[in-house]
Amino acid sequence: MLLYILRRVVSAISVVVVTLVASFALFFLAPTDPAGVICGPRCTPERLADIEASLDLDKPAVQQIGLYMKGLVVGRDYTAGGVTTHCPAPCMGYSYTLGQPVTKLLAQAIPVTISIVIGGAVVYLTIGIMAGTIAAQHRGTTLDRITVGSTLIIASFPYFVFALLVALYATFLPESQYTPFLEDPIAWASGLLTAWLCVGVTNAASYTRYSRASMIESLGQDFVRTARSKGITRRRVVYRHGLRAALTPVATIFGIDLAFQLTGAIFTESIFGLPGIGLLTLRAFGQYDLPVLMGGVLVGSAVLVTMNLVVDILYTFLDPRVRLG
Amino acid sequence: MSDQTIRAPQTVTRTARPRDENEEPYLEVTDLQVQFPTADGMVQAVQGLSYRLPLRRTLAIVGESGSGKSVSSMAVMGLHDTKTARISGSIKVGGREIVGMSEKDLEEFRGADAAMIFQDPQSSLHPYFTIGDQIMESYRAHHNVSKRKAKDRAIEMLDRVGIPNPQRRVSQFPHEFSGGMRQRAMIAMALVNDPKLLIADEPTTALDVTVQAQILDLIADLQRDFGSAVVFITHDLGVVAEIADDILVMYAGNAVEHGPVDKILGRPLHPYSWGLMESIPALTGEPQPLHPIPGAPPSLLAVPSGCPFHPRCEFKDRVAGDLCRTLKPELIPRTIDQGRASRCHLKEPDRVFDTEILPRLP
Ligand SMILES: Nc1ncnc2c1ncn2[C@@H]1O[C@H](COP(=O)(O)OP(=O)(O)O)[C@@H](O)[C@H]1O
Ligand SMILES: [Mg+2]
Repeated sequence: MLLYILRRVVSAISVVVVTLVASFALFFLAPTDPAGVICGPRCTPERLADIEASLDLDKPAVQQIGLYMKGLVVGRDYTAGGVTTHCPAPCMGYSYTLGQPVTKLLAQAIPVTISIVIGGAVVYLTIGIMAGTIAAQHRGTTLDRITVGSTLIIASFPYFVFALLVALYATFLPESQYTPFLEDPIAWASGLLTAWLCVGVTNAASYTRYSRASMIESLGQDFVRTARSKGITRRRVVYRHGLRAALTPVATIFGIDLAFQLTGAIFTESIFGLPGIGLLTLRAFGQYDLPVLMGGVLVGSAVLVTMNLVVDILYTFLDPRVRLG
Repeated sequence: MSDQTIRAPQTVTRTARPRDENEEPYLEVTDLQVQFPTADGMVQAVQGLSYRLPLRRTLAIVGESGSGKSVSSMAVMGLHDTKTARISGSIKVGGREIVGMSEKDLEEFRGADAAMIFQDPQSSLHPYFTIGDQIMESYRAHHNVSKRKAKDRAIEMLDRVGIPNPQRRVSQFPHEFSGGMRQRAMIAMALVNDPKLLIADEPTTALDVTVQAQILDLIADLQRDFGSAVVFITHDLGVVAEIADDILVMYAGNAVEHGPVDKILGRPLHPYSWGLMESIPALTGEPQPLHPIPGAPPSLLAVPSGCPFHPRCEFKDRVAGDLCRTLKPELIPRTIDQGRASRCHLKEPDRVFDTEILPRLP
C-alpha cells in the first residue's frame, strides 16, 4: 500500500516536471517579444534590458530552464532597476504587470480555485448520487422518467450560458466574492455559494445519470440477491450492498472528470469574478505576463495531479481488490 | 441438452430413506405458478408445480436450463419482485404461507427459516465486505447480539464448514478465497441461523470436479447434523444419485416426473427423463454414440399445446389419436412403485423403457 502511494507520488512529480519543461519551451522560447510587450510603447533601452535580464531572456534556453528550476527549489535574487530583491523558494519569477512575485499571486489564487472545484463537487456528487439512486430504485416509473428527462435538459445547456443566466437572474443569492476560509468561514461559504450551486446543478445532471446506470447494474448483481436472501431490510440491501458497489464506477468517472472541472473553473471564475488560477492565467495571457502564465500552468498541473492521486488513493479504500495493486 | 452436459449416474450409493406418506412436510408447494409479464408477452416460467418435502430429506430438481428450477425456488424464498412477477398457488414453509406474505414478514423469514446458496460463489458474495462481515450480517439480522458474539459465531461456522484457520480467514475478502472456499463460506453464511430449509441452486456447477465432491459431502454432512430439508437444484444426474432422496424432473415450467431417486433413476417413466439419461456421456468402457434430445426447450412465451414435450418426443405416435398435441397430461401416480408420478399419455411406459431405452443406455 505504502509502496503503491510512493510509486504514484513519484509518477505525479515526473508529470509536473514534464509539464514544466514543455510549457517552458512553448512560452519562453516562442518567437515573441515578451519583454517589449511588458515594457510598452514608451520603452527605454535600459528598461527593456532590465526586463529581459529579469526574465533571463538574455541567456541560453537551457540555462533559462536551469535557473527557473533552481528558483523553484532554493529561491533566487532578482535585480530590477538596480534594486535587488530576494525571491524565496518556490520562486516562479516576478510579474511586471502586477508588480508582485508570481508565487504570492498563485498562493492567493489556488485556494479560490480549489474551493470552487471541491465545493461544487460536494454539491453535484450529493445531488447526483442521491437522485441517481432513487431513480434506479424506481426504474421505469414516472419519477424515474422525470429525473432522466430533466438531466437531459440540464446537460444539453452550455455551461457558460447557464452560469451567465444565474449571474444575471439569481440575484436573491448572496453576492459572489472570495473571503479566505480562515478569515471568516461563513463569508467564505456565502461568497462561493452561487458558484457552487452553478457548478453543482449543471454537473449533477451527468452524475445523476452515471449513478443511476451504475446503481441499476449493481442492484441486478448476484450479491444483491444474496443480500436479500439473508433477510436484512430492503433499505440495507439497497444502500449498504447496492450503493456501495455502485459508487466505485462513479468515483472512477469523478477522477477523470476533475481535469475538466479545473478547466471549467475558468468560466466560473470569470463569470462570478472570483480571483482564482483561471482568472489570473486568463489575464496574464492577455498581457503577455509570461511568468504568471508559466506559474499558472505549473500549478494547474500540480493541482490536477494531486487531486488525481487523492482520488486514486480513495479508490483503493473503496475497492479492497485494488489494495494490493 | 442445450449447453450443459449431464454426468452419468454412478452406482446409486445412497439408499433413500423409506418414504412415509404421513410424514409432516416442512415445505409444501401446491399448484405454484410464476409468470413474468414482459413486452413480448407473458413468460410462463412455472406452471402448476406441486411437491412436499419433510425435514431431513433432500429433493433434487433437475432439468435443462430454462425449465423453471431457479424461478420456482426463488418463489419459495419469497425473492421475486412483486412488481415484475405474478405468483399464484401456495407455498407453505413450516406451516406459514409465503405467497402474498408482507415484505416485513418475508425479511423475518428469509435467512432464518429458509436459506439459499447460489451457483456462482464469486459473484454471490459482496466483493467489498469481508467474509466475516457478511456472515455476521446474516446472523445479526435474526439475532440481537453484539458484534463480538456474532464474530465468534462466524468463526465457529467457518470452522464447521471446513475452512482452515477461521480466525484469520474471517477478516479476509472474498477475492482472497479460492472458489471452493468461497462456496464453503456461502454455506456457512446460509446455515448461520440454523434454517430448517436449505435451497442449493446448482451449488457445484461453477466448481472443479474434485471440489464439487467435497462440497456435496459437506452439504450431506451438514444436513445430517442440522436435520434440515434440502432442495438441491442440479443438472448433474451423477450428483442426484449421490445426494437426493427424491427427484423432481422439470420441463418447460412443469414437473414431468417425481418420486424416490432410486426408483426413478432405475426406471424412469417419462420420455424426457429417458432423453436426459441418454444424453449422458459414458464415463467408462467403449465410447458410445450420444443421443442428445432433438430440438431445444420451448420458449416459455408460447408453450406448445397439449404435452409441452411433444414436439421433441419420439414416442408421441404411440399414443392414440392427437392426444399428445391437444391434451396436456396430468401428473398422475404410477402404480409400478409407491410414491411416484409422471406426466405422460404413454400406456405401459415401463415396458417401453425396458425393451427400447435400457439397451441404448451407455
Ligand atoms: N425476471 C424474469 N423476467 C422474465 N423472465 C424470466 C425472469 N426470470 C426468469 N425468467 C425466465 O423463466 C424461465 C425459467 O428460468 P429459470 O428458473 O432460471 O431456469 P432454470 O431451470 O435454468 O433455473 C427462463 O426462460 C427465464 O428466461
Ligand atoms: Mg437456474
